[in-house]
Amino acid sequence: MPTLSEADSRTLVADAGVPVSAFLTVTSPDDLIDLDFPVVAKLCGASIAHKSERGLVRLGITNADELRHAVTDLLAAATPDDGEVSVLISTMIEGRRELIAGLTTDPQFGPTVMLGFGGILAEAVADVTFRLAPVSAIDAADMIDELSAQKLLGEFRGEDAIDRESLIAVLVGLGELGATRSDIAAIDLNPLIIADGKPVAVDALVEMH
Amino acid sequence: MPDLRPLFAPKGVVVAGVSTHPGKFGFVSLHNILACGFDGPIYGLAREAGEVLGVEILDSATKIPQDSAELLFICTPPALNEQLLRDCAARGVKAAFCAAGGYSEAGPEGIEAEARLVALADELGIVLAGPNGQGVVSPPAKLCAQIVAPYPPAGSIAIASQSGNFVSSFNNYARQSGIGVSRSVSAGNAAATGLIDYLEWFATDDETSVSLIYVEGIEDGREFYDRVSAISKIKPIVVLKGGATSGGQAAAASHTGALATDDAVFDGMARQAGLIRAATVEEAFETAATFATQPLPQGRNVAVLTTAGGWGVVTADALTSATNVDLAPLPDDLKAALDEKLPPRWSKNNPIDLAGGETRDTIPEVMELIAEHPDIDAIVYLGLGIQSNTADLLRTGGYYPDHGIERIVDYHERQDTRFAEAAADLSQRTAKPILTATELAVAQPENPGVAAVRNSGRLCYPTSNRAVTALDHLAWYAEYRAKRG
Repeated sequence: MPTLSEADSRTLVADAGVPVSAFLTVTSPDDLIDLDFPVVAKLCGASIAHKSERGLVRLGITNADELRHAVTDLLAAATPDDGEVSVLISTMIEGRRELIAGLTTDPQFGPTVMLGFGGILAEAVADVTFRLAPVSAIDAADMIDELSAQKLLGEFRGEDAIDRESLIAVLVGLGELGATRSDIAAIDLNPLIIADGKPVAVDALVEMH
Repeated sequence: MPDLRPLFAPKGVVVAGVSTHPGKFGFVSLHNILACGFDGPIYGLAREAGEVLGVEILDSATKIPQDSAELLFICTPPALNEQLLRDCAARGVKAAFCAAGGYSEAGPEGIEAEARLVALADELGIVLAGPNGQGVVSPPAKLCAQIVAPYPPAGSIAIASQSGNFVSSFNNYARQSGIGVSRSVSAGNAAATGLIDYLEWFATDDETSVSLIYVEGIEDGREFYDRVSAISKIKPIVVLKGGATSGGQAAAASHTGALATDDAVFDGMARQAGLIRAATVEEAFETAATFATQPLPQGRNVAVLTTAGGWGVVTADALTSATNVDLAPLPDDLKAALDEKLPPRWSKNNPIDLAGGETRDTIPEVMELIAEHPDIDAIVYLGLGIQSNTADLLRTGGYYPDHGIERIVDYHERQDTRFAEAAADLSQRTAKPILTATELAVAQPENPGVAAVRNSGRLCYPTSNRAVTALDHLAWYAEYRAKRG
């Protein structure tokens, strides 16, 4: 199934009310303008789905020189199969807790919204919950309550408790997309980092039918 | 929505394919209808006229007196059934349960035959249940039209199942527990009438307070969700789902897809739709039985009343790990009131452990104080039946009735009966659930305490964990309804 580039995916979910980290795209190291560091740089294109596995993500860039090098390297790493590419530069978001949220098309029940704990153990732990799209604010609140690791939702190691209303808005937004956009097959917001209590998507992947 | 009243409460019944051989469906079904006391007209149809079990057997459906029977129970093979349906419809039949197989479960020809039967029933305005199902049972109508035995007492649980065996299981639990059934039906191939159709009718049925379904496959998930969401706001629906652990979508490209196993999505759908999902067969029945016999809790605070320590501790653990109910903090004024009634060694906390300090009237009095307290939403009561359990050996041990044994045995048994009655009366009066749990429910079902719970129309739970599980489901449903207005 075709995917949207990360930049287009981010724009689509942001329009539905999902907070995403601030970003811009460049196609040449000469395009760089003043930025607040640290930032993350990633190769971005409609055909690039597994960036980390291919080493196409540079984290923790702290100055303009590093960024210029990163952009040059990433553009050089593109292969002809990747098609049209750019480099997506986004604010580096810090937070210890990672959630995963998304939308999938269930063969039996159709568009379905998911919320779970994310990070590298997400699939092994599978602390996840689902609702059919659209998702009401009550359903979204139930989803949050249903996660097993409730302690991770409260105040955690000096970090604020998760802002429930913000997270509810993310889930309701995903549900709206599921209910109204029949051309969308799946969305991954992975991870959704909790920064100062608020969920922020630092990556987004939209799959189309 | 089709009116299923002629299926569940017909004016009269016709059995087609009556046999003289007691091993055949056509004999057993007629037998069961008679044996369970159906009091409307009963007719049999067979190739040859005659008499079976005292019922007149007609050799043609055209001989059924006009408008005297509303339900047709079909044990004849597919080749005969279209004409049969036409003839019976002409005589006033309004519903048919097709127990006969040879339809869609039996290959291409069967699939065609089933489609023709469905189209014909539709044309004739007949409700068609089955084919290839065990039958339909409806104790309030004294109807036991099925090819298997279990005939439950009358009550308010309505059962519909995609597996006939689970209808039998639930009906057997109803017989064992005394918590009765309003309607039960095995959907069979569900050619014309499916689970959701039954559920919609149960929602309108005055005899039914709760539905209990067994689901394996759902044809159109969205439609199921939409329809069931509407019904769950009228009456609770308890669901047992088969195939719960079948694999997910291994080939999914997205992480979300990979995590979306069939079961996880079904579970989310069920919660969103207000379905009460039970993990096991006994949990499904006991949860339905609890909905049928206890008021819904108005909050999460549960008090445990126990005559001895260990039971209370384990029940407190169960309440603490439950999702929708909590071990209530003991209110100060209730503690003070209990101090007046109990010797100093009582627990002074929840679980309210009487520590063996009770006298003749302690349990009903203490239970009343707890039930009437505004901060307590439900009670789990433990320790019923021990006195009668002691009495049992006194009665059978070889010394009865001498040595004053008779008097003490009578006292013990009267006390347990009183306690069970107090639990039911207080629950009714305060509109709060009071669940009684003791292993004697299965270890000594004739125990006067256990029997009194049963006579009060309530379930005696075999363990406190099972009582807490059922109560947890009630509390979840109460909150679901409250949150959605």
